[in-house]
Amino acid sequence: MAVRSNIVGIDSPEALEKALRAAYYLADEGLATAAYLGLALGKPLLLEGAPGVGKTEAAKAIAAVLGRRLIRLQCYEGIDASAALYEWNYPRQMLAIRQAGDESIDIYGEAFLIERPMLAALRAPDSTVLLIDEIDRADQEFEAFLLEFLSDFQISIPERGTVRAAERPVVVLTSNRTRDLHEALRRRCVYHWIDYPTAEREARIIMMRASSVAEATARAVVAAVERLRREPLSKAPGIAEAVDWAEAATLLNKGGARWPDAFKRSIGVALKDEEDLHFISPRLDAMLAEATA
Amino acid sequence: MNTEPRLPRAARVFVSFVALLRANNFAVAPEQTTAFLTAIELLGPRDLEDIRQAALATLAPPPERRAAFDRLFDLHFRGSEAVERADDGEDDETVRLQEEGRGDEEPLLSDDANESGLTAARTEALVERRFAQLSTTDALRRLTREAPRRLPRRRGHRRMRTRRGPFADLRRTLRDSVRSDGEILRLGHMKRRQRPRKMLLLIDVSGSMKSRTEENMKLAHALVQAAPNVEVFTFGTRLTRVTRPLRLKRREQALNAAAHLVSDWDGGTRIGDALQAFLAVPRFGGYARGAAVVIVSDGLERGEPDALRDAVAKLSRRAWRVSWLTPLATGPAFRPQTEALIAIERFVDDLVDGGSSASIVAHILALGRRRAA
Repeated sequence: MAVRSNIVGIDSPEALEKALRAAYYLADEGLATAAYLGLALGKPLLLEGAPGVGKTEAAKAIAAVLGRRLIRLQCYEGIDASAALYEWNYPRQMLAIRQAGDESIDIYGEAFLIERPMLAALRAPDSTVLLIDEIDRADQEFEAFLLEFLSDFQISIPERGTVRAAERPVVVLTSNRTRDLHEALRRRCVYHWIDYPTAEREARIIMMRASSVAEATARAVVAAVERLRREPLSKAPGIAEAVDWAEAATLLNKGGARWPDAFKRSIGVALKDEEDLHFISPRLDAMLAEATA
Repeated sequence: MNTEPRLPRAARVFVSFVALLRANNFAVAPEQTTAFLTAIELLGPRDLEDIRQAALATLAPPPERRAAFDRLFDLHFRGSEAVERADDGEDDETVRLQEEGRGDEEPLLSDDANESGLTAARTEALVERRFAQLSTTDALRRLTREAPRRLPRRRGHRRMRTRRGPFADLRRTLRDSVRSDGEILRLGHMKRRQRPRKMLLLIDVSGSMKSRTEENMKLAHALVQAAPNVEVFTFGTRLTRVTRPLRLKRREQALNAAAHLVSDWDGGTRIGDALQAFLAVPRFGGYARGAAVVIVSDGLERGEPDALRDAVAKLSRRAWRVSWLTPLATGPAFRPQTEALIAIERFVDDLVDGGSSASIVAHILALGRRRAA
C-alpha cells in the first residue's frame, strides 16, 4: 500500500489536529487520527454520526487545511450518474446540429459537456476535496456506482472515452445513518463515527465560533443542550444550534434580558420543531435553572 | 501446503487480532488488514491508544458493535480477564427504557382491568429464549410467495424509458435525431420507476403476547427475506432492532441470532415508552418516514396512556400508514376496551385482528392495495 507524501507539513494526527484548529475546527483524537490516515493512505474518509455533530464542517476544514477547493455533492433519493458525473447540454447540441448544416460537427465536444462534482474532482485531483454528503440518502444503485468510482477513480464517458485521475483525489463521505451502508463501502474507506463532543470541547467550539459569548454562557448552553439531547425529540440540537443559541441569548442579554430568561426567549434557535418546543416547554424552566446553576 | 510469506514477528500480533475479530463475526477484508498494518506503521504508535485508533479507522467496526470490538481489543492487547460474551446485545441497537417507579410498588389496577382478564406487568424480567423445531405454516408460505408482488410500492425518483410518460428522454431523442440530420422524429419518454415502500414492523414480545411471539418472529423473518427494505424491532421492557439477524437466510439461525439480541422476552409491557424511545433515536425514527408501519401488540399497558398516544400520533404523522394488529380484535364488531387502544384509535389507519398468522399475513399483503388514509 503506497503511502502518500503529498500532505505537506502534516506528519502526524497531532499536526493535523493543530492545522484543523487553525481552520476553526476542533477535532478530537479519533477524528484527527482517522482523517490523517485517510490522507496518508489515499483512502476516502467516511464520517458517520447523528445530524449536527459537524461531519460536513470537518470536510470543509480539511479542504481549508489542504488549501483546496471543496466540491460538494449533496445526495438525495434517486441521485444518479447524470447528477453526479456529467450531463450533456442537449439544447446546445440540438442547436449545433441545426446550425452545422452539411458541415460535420462533434456534438460530444468539451463545449457540450456539463461537468458535475465527481468529474470535476477527477479532473483536478490535486486542487480539490470532493465531499459526498449524506450518502445514506442515495439508493443502493448509486452506492454501487460510487463504490466503483472510489476503487479506481476513473469514469468512462461512452461518447468520449475514459477520464482517469492523475492522482487519487481526497474524498470525504458523510452519512447520518438513516440506513445501513453497504459493508463494502465502509471497507473501502477509513471510517470514523463522530459522536457529540464532550461538554468541555463543545464549550470551546462555541467560544471559538462566537467570540461574543462569555464562558459561563457557553457552559450553560452546553449543559442545557446535553440535557435536550437526552429527550425524545424529533430534531435534537446539533453543534450549530448550540452556537446559535449561545449567540442569540448573549444578544438578548446585552439588550437587557436577564439570565436564564435570555435562554428561554431564544429557545427557538435551538429547537426548530413545533412539537419539540411544545413537548419541552413544561420542563424548560427547571432545565434552564439546572443548566445555569 | 503453506505458501504464505512469513509475517514479520512484529506484525503477527496485529494480524492475529484481525483473526480474532473474524472469529467473532466481524467482517474484515484483506485490504483492511493491510491498511491496518500500514496505519500502525504511519502512526509509529506511542501507546495502545494509537493502535486502537488505527484499528477503529481501518477495520471499521459497525458503531452498534463498538462495545464488543473494544472488549476484544482489550482482551487481545491487554489480556484483560474480565471479558464477557462478545456480543450481549447491550449496544446501540438496544434502547433500554428509562426505569421509572421501580421499587415503589404500583397500585394494582382494579376498575379498568381489561376484559380478557389479562394484565400487563411493569417489571423487567430479562430472559433468553431459544427457538427450536420451527414449523412452516400456510400463512408463512403465502407471505413468502406473494410479498414480492403485493407489498406496498411508491413512485421512486429514478426514471425509466417508456413509450409514454411525463418526462422527455433528451439523451435518447438527441441520439436518434443525429441519424435524421437533427430532425426530431420521435420523442423518447421516461416515467418514474416504482420502488418498494419501506416497511416497519414493531413486535410486542411481552408476557401477554407470549403465545404469539414465535409465530410473529417467523413472519418477521419471512418478510425481511422477501422484501428489500423492511426494518423489524421488538419491544417489551426494551426496544431492540432485530433487522440484522433476520437477514440471515436460514430461519432457525436467524431467529436464534435475534433471540440472542433480545433480552426482554415474555416480560412486562411499556409500549408508550418503547415507541417514545424508538422515535428518540434519529435513525430509527427515520425508518418510519413514509413507511408502512405495522405494530403487532395487544395494547395491554399499565400506566398512563399519554406517552403511548403522543408516540402513536407522532408516528402516524411521519408514516404513510399505521396499522395496529391486536389479538383482541377478532371481528368487525370489535371495539377497543383497553385504555391504551382507545387512546390510539384516532391515530391509526387500521385497528384489526392480529391474533393469527393468517390474519396478519392477509393484512400485510392487502396494504399494497390501500391508499394512505
